[in-house]
Amino acid sequence: MIKLSAFIAGLLFGFGLLLAGMANPGKVLAFLDLAGAWDPSLALVMVGAIGVAVGPLTWARRQSSSLLGRPMQLPVKRELDPRLIGGSLLFGIGWGIAGICPGPAVVILLTGHWQAIVFMSAMLAGMLLFTALEARRSH
Amino acid sequence: MTLDWINFTPWSSLAGGALIGLAASLFVVANGRIAGISGLIGSLLQRRSEGVSEAALFLLGLLIAPLLWGLFATLPRIEFHSGWLGLIVAGALVGIGTRYGSGCTSGHGVCGLSRLSRRSMVATACFMFSGFATVYVLRHLLGAWT
Repeated sequence: MIKLSAFIAGLLFGFGLLLAGMANPGKVLAFLDLAGAWDPSLALVMVGAIGVAVGPLTWARRQSSSLLGRPMQLPVKRELDPRLIGGSLLFGIGWGIAGICPGPAVVILLTGHWQAIVFMSAMLAGMLLFTALEARRSH
Repeated sequence: MTLDWINFTPWSSLAGGALIGLAASLFVVANGRIAGISGLIGSLLQRRSEGVSEAALFLLGLLIAPLLWGLFATLPRIEFHSGWLGLIVAGALVGIGTRYGSGCTSGHGVCGLSRLSRRSMVATACFMFSGFATVYVLRHLLGAWT
């Protein structure tokens, strides 16, 4: 059951990104282009997503396990450290260059665009670099 | 500021957003997990044994969503504005940045804001700001069509 629900959640997430227009880098860039002809659609994606998720996530905060009996794994960190801020700023620069964030990067991977494969390869390399640097730091 | 009314898609974006919210809700209510895509990919790369199959299956669903969609309807337009160099730089920054920042648009933007996390609010403000700033610099100061 937990495997099925994980798969269905991923599938729904993908349909949502496609329907919302988030899987189109051109539309994402049009949203990020405040000084150009601004397309505010993606603000409504956030409104729709948070509007639906705020109830269940508030419920989840008060639970120790999920409905299927899995431990509730919510982030516990609270402090605002330089890694959070610096990392997020770097992410935004990359997002602003190509208009692709990790979710859409997965969704567009098998749609036959070479750009999606180049982006995904670079993104995975970036993540592996992080993992390697972290491993060195902890030794 | 001028609004691009022609390409503005309020209803499909709102509905797509609701679907994303539903997916994130299902994942946390049923699996007890945050639907943060960069974190899920990262957990696969780090080969942590616990919960890896759930992460992999979520990502599999995400991966085949357009294929399943394509069986019943035409896929929405997917247009790129970057060349290979831009894609490589952007991909690397997104990969490193989301791992250092512990999340991306889904984990911080959707799930984090929904559970009123202060860290996620700050992270979302940061990547929105640098996203807006980057497009402004590239398009309006450097004149590049990215």
